[in-house]
Amino acid sequence: MTAPRLELKGVTKRYPGVVANNDVDLTVMPGEIHALLGENGAGKSTLVKFIYGVQRADAGVMKWEGREVEIPNPKAARDLGIGMVFQHFSLFDAMTVEENIALGISAELARGDLNSRIKEISASYGLPLQPDRYVHTLSVGERQRIEVVRCLLQSPKLLIMDEPTSVLTPQEVEELFKTLRRLSGEGVSILYISHKLQEIKELCHTATIMRMGEVVDDCDPAEETARSMAEMMMGKNLMSPERPEGIETGAPRLVVRNLNMETSDQYGVDLHGISFEVRSGEILGIAGISGNGQTELMDALSGEVPVDDDDSIIIGDKTVGGAGPVERRAAGMSFVPEERLGHGAVPEMTLWENAFLSGATRKDLVKSGFIQIKKSSTYASEIVEKFKVKTPGVLNAADSLSGGNLQKFIFGREILQDPSVIVVLQPTWGVDAGSAAAIRQSLLDLAAGGAAVLVISQDLEELFEVADQIAVICQGRLSRSWPPDEITVDEIGLLMAGVEADPGGEAHNGEAGGHAG
Amino acid sequence: MLVRLENRGEISKAMVYASPFIAVVLTLIAGVFLFALLGVNPVEAILSFFITPISTLDGFAELFVKGTPLVLIAVGLSFGFQANVWNIGAEGQLTVGALAGGGLALLFFASESLFLLPAMAAAGILGGMAWAAIPAFLKTRYNTNEILTSLMLVYVALLLLSYLIHGPWKDPDGQNFPESRLFPDAGILPVMIETTRMHVGWLFALAAVATGWILIARHVIGFQIRVTGMAPMAASFAGFKEKRIIWITLLMSGGAAGLAGMVEVSGPIQQIVPNISPGYGFTAIIVAFLGRLHPVGVLFAGLLMALTYLGGENAQIEMNLPNAVTGVFQGMLLFFLLAADVLIKYRVKFGGPKTAGAAEGAG
Repeated sequence: MTAPRLELKGVTKRYPGVVANNDVDLTVMPGEIHALLGENGAGKSTLVKFIYGVQRADAGVMKWEGREVEIPNPKAARDLGIGMVFQHFSLFDAMTVEENIALGISAELARGDLNSRIKEISASYGLPLQPDRYVHTLSVGERQRIEVVRCLLQSPKLLIMDEPTSVLTPQEVEELFKTLRRLSGEGVSILYISHKLQEIKELCHTATIMRMGEVVDDCDPAEETARSMAEMMMGKNLMSPERPEGIETGAPRLVVRNLNMETSDQYGVDLHGISFEVRSGEILGIAGISGNGQTELMDALSGEVPVDDDDSIIIGDKTVGGAGPVERRAAGMSFVPEERLGHGAVPEMTLWENAFLSGATRKDLVKSGFIQIKKSSTYASEIVEKFKVKTPGVLNAADSLSGGNLQKFIFGREILQDPSVIVVLQPTWGVDAGSAAAIRQSLLDLAAGGAAVLVISQDLEELFEVADQIAVICQGRLSRSWPPDEITVDEIGLLMAGVEADPGGEAHNGEAGGHAG
Repeated sequence: MLVRLENRGEISKAMVYASPFIAVVLTLIAGVFLFALLGVNPVEAILSFFITPISTLDGFAELFVKGTPLVLIAVGLSFGFQANVWNIGAEGQLTVGALAGGGLALLFFASESLFLLPAMAAAGILGGMAWAAIPAFLKTRYNTNEILTSLMLVYVALLLLSYLIHGPWKDPDGQNFPESRLFPDAGILPVMIETTRMHVGWLFALAAVATGWILIARHVIGFQIRVTGMAPMAASFAGFKEKRIIWITLLMSGGAAGLAGMVEVSGPIQQIVPNISPGYGFTAIIVAFLGRLHPVGVLFAGLLMALTYLGGENAQIEMNLPNAVTGVFQGMLLFFLLAADVLIKYRVKFGGPKTAGAAEGAG
């Protein structure tokens, strides 16, 4: 019988006030693709940081191929044969692929003809990469390949992948899976961290499910349904959002006509001739790989970066292209930016101050220049209560809340302002499944109440769940929109990648981009 | 051997408020060693530096005379610093404020009007604001760095002062000394305690503290300033205009510094002289940080820094120590405060990255 590639026993890690890992056991066999599944904050990252030598544990034993080892730092982990691809890449935009790879590996490995070795590995594993390209010219999927190739150069025996597919198109995900399966066939173990259940079912041989820092179950993903795994992960029955029946869409509430914007960010994306409209009671979803103009579109819609042409954005019957966020809120618009801490909320400030942050205008929280503290606190308490935000009270700082709870608070803050138009960017990014479901439900309810809802997201599952119309943004241009039942995930995937979908196919493909709202 | 700073992750609230006190204690300890090295009895020197100066009514009142400009300026600066607007040129704004307020007194040197003082105060504030408006304009229009522009304008202001008292504003009966004539009585701040120099300017400082406190805690402006400093993106999300914050904070700090300048010439000095301020505008930066950028903290920090001025003078007289001791003490105070603040956020680790810790964890 072969010894496990990696065996953890009783790993415990405490942070002040939190037990991140409690007595965690984990066994990974050679050649196994092992999923580590759990909600945000379940302790997956802490465990992986321990394995990769980034962080120490308070207690616990790690065995590598049957031998007890100590891993004081990532270099020691790499020497053993452990490679890791992080969720956030550590690449220098202004350097080439080869230079970036050379920086991340040991000096001995970097010597010699690195260029041809990169080509060799990338060819044999189906990871097309040109060593001489500059990183800033590459797509996110290509950047990820750099990280994977960097690991593979070191001939790892265990490859750890942290949420690898969150930035990829469906097609890129397929390619990645092929590579991973091939590695597994060669005897490389893969520890695959994710909360995307469908992927785990498709790819993984075993899954270890974590909740609140503890291992709650091990299972064979092939024998479980996505729903049953989600329930194990959350420890409760999952509620899928209910789409209220018989909603009539009304007059257009948000009209965008030929919106153009030049980005001020060196690596940003210019917006070209974006046109669409969202009607009362309608949810428009905009899909796209991040970095294709979503942030810029959000800035233009929220008024954080006003545009020159006042007529290009209309809320109700007001032209607001040149107006700032305050005027747009007064006109009935709300927005939820992507970044919770530091953009949608001030981390160090209390919840009531954060409620005041965007609620001041529509909730009338200012009296002759002074903050109405009591009224603001009542408003914040109302948000906490109605949106089931877990917090001891509104005097707590925003950064004391978990990601999901803070996102619920921010959504509640915007929704309770009774907007006629709401624009949200990546509404459930990094949010636990329970909060994500609550947030999606609140968007559906809001539309049912007659608001126009715009959801910009890279999570296609989410868009298919909530949207009445789906459009795709790619390199700052927006496609026309389709009802979800008239377009497939694959077609959207191609649009996201900037490929004109199947030219011989249905009529709508030919129209992509040509249809102006 | 490697020395590294490792982020603690969590910041202790208690230590944030304790660090000014820790800095004061460390300064005193370092002071003992410094005096010992200079060959004077440390205990005697510390006493002469920190206790003797305020052991008499006169001396105690002097604490408030020196504290007034420091508190006034530091309250103003703390607004800007909270919004990451770095006005380093308060000394220049103080000078222009003194020239504007004092100029009015010289213009109406025969006046007995009760309105002269309020007019001088207003002129002082406007003068300081005008001087601070230059970096504000340059920053909002051309994106220049206000640290540099405000600092460089200090020297321009000092040259302007020098030109005026060597030329047009020189006292015609002053035997060619570079000084203006004495202000009329109507242009002099009344004394609060008889026989001392403590004047009503201190009330201005207290009013600034109270106003500052209300603004920062309750007013929308204060809220916008804090959000801008803590999370600029969130400020933009809320719709706060960054340029407006830059203008407001620079004008407020400039106005406060200008008023401090007017108070100096109209209170203790009573004429315009080549050296209006012994660096109050710069020392107030230390005061603002020592006071944790909070108006009430600034009040106490201002008095403490005032004491270092008095102590320096006294140590010079009694112990024959160089006047530079004042600067050394002020510098040490800021040094220890900043060091304490760094250690609140980071812990010091010796040796290679994470070796010791992980071995312990895995074993």
